[in-house]
Amino acid sequence: MNGLLSIYKREFTSYFVTPVAYVFIVIFLFMTGVFTFYLGAFYESNQADLEPFFRFHPWLYLFLIPAISMRLWSDERKSGTIELLMTLPVSITDTVVAKYLAAWSFTAIALSLTFPMWITVNYLGNPDNTVVLASYIGSLIMAGGFLAIGSCISALTKSQVISFVISVVICFMFILSGFPMVLDLFESWAPQAVVDAVASFSFLTHFTSIKKGVIDIRDLIYFAALITFWLYVNIIIIENKKAD
Amino acid sequence: MSEAIKIKSLTKSFGSIHAVRNVSFNVSHGEVLGFLGPNGAGKSTTMKMITGFLEPTSGTVEVNGHDVLENPLSVKRSIGYLPEGAPAYGEMTVKNFLNFIADIRQLNGAIRKKRLDEVIETINIGTVIDQSIETLSKGFKRRVGLAQAILHDPNTLILDEPTDGLDPNQKHEVRNLIKKMSKEKAIIISTHILEEVDAVCTRAIIISSGELLFDGTPEQLIAKSEKNDIDHAFRNITISNPTKS
Repeated sequence: MNGLLSIYKREFTSYFVTPVAYVFIVIFLFMTGVFTFYLGAFYESNQADLEPFFRFHPWLYLFLIPAISMRLWSDERKSGTIELLMTLPVSITDTVVAKYLAAWSFTAIALSLTFPMWITVNYLGNPDNTVVLASYIGSLIMAGGFLAIGSCISALTKSQVISFVISVVICFMFILSGFPMVLDLFESWAPQAVVDAVASFSFLTHFTSIKKGVIDIRDLIYFAALITFWLYVNIIIIENKKAD
Repeated sequence: MSEAIKIKSLTKSFGSIHAVRNVSFNVSHGEVLGFLGPNGAGKSTTMKMITGFLEPTSGTVEVNGHDVLENPLSVKRSIGYLPEGAPAYGEMTVKNFLNFIADIRQLNGAIRKKRLDEVIETINIGTVIDQSIETLSKGFKRRVGLAQAILHDPNTLILDEPTDGLDPNQKHEVRNLIKKMSKEKAIIISTHILEEVDAVCTRAIIISSGELLFDGTPEQLIAKSEKNDIDHAFRNITISNPTKS
């Protein structure tokens, strides 16, 4: 088995030997339920779609994804296992990617366990299932974006708490940049191109179109570029600061 | 005897602190090199540079013909390394941990099974094989670290305080193990226990404040003391050269 795969396997199974995975999945499912039915007014809207369900995903991810990513590298630094990991014959790129993919796969499992929601909406009405599927894919890709940020930040510190807080703040900025209150700040003085650029950095801007069932190549490129960028920085951080 | 490790004017500084200064030595296959020195002398830092965990500020490290900066993966493949404190993934069982190492070291099929069985047998960790590592005693943790280092039967071993935290019987076992492996391997061990040098090492190196102060056989080291006492010789060498930083 090659290095990337070995580390992926170890990382992925490590979620399930501690209570972390189960606590996370239960809370994720509980919160999606609360948001969909209470805040999202799933029944009251009388529409057979999962928009009230997906609408809150960015906000859930804002807190839950940094909770997954905070341990990715901070824990290795704290426990000293980073020295073991970095002296095994695997390249840093493979290690960073393997850890990231393991965390992403775990998120995918949590997300797929919301399938009763999909069954429910099909039981109650006739939703457009391709839209639902596109939304699921979009939600997973967005989670990947949050995770890449979290993984990179986690590489910077020994402390999981610091890693968590900074990741939440940065993810929050990536959500907020699409909000009118932020855009208004720019609109008054900046040219439209700048306003559009700021808006285009927002997870929400890109997720909104995906949520409607439109998977636009530009949105995919956005998330792919975002993930690549943060993982690249992650690799550079580990390469230069293995031992501190 | 072929050269396994060649270290040439190795230097490492952290800001204004010089952890290792201009250290050069070679280790051949068949040699057990005891790495001695007071705490903070630069022993671990040197070992971390040999294994590619730290990058030297200047100087070169060559392991089995591969430069550690140019070809880190080849170096890492040919080395077994027990880092200081024997770090391991606490939530894993000993068995899963060793299987993970076997995966990464690309041990497959019959060889994999043979090596796992052999190592578990020689290191004597069969009784705790299904326990998670965080529940183990210090001695067992150290032995798991040792098992991890020798699993792929590397011809070069770097062991940072391999007997630290072991009881006298376990120390004896580990020393025997090192002696047994020493015939065809190049081994560097760091230690604070001076009688260990006499017991297992064919050569000793003393560094203090990052500088190499002595390089010779244990007999030559003992001869440095008029009392024929290795502890006395160690003090003579490390204290007569006061720390400068």
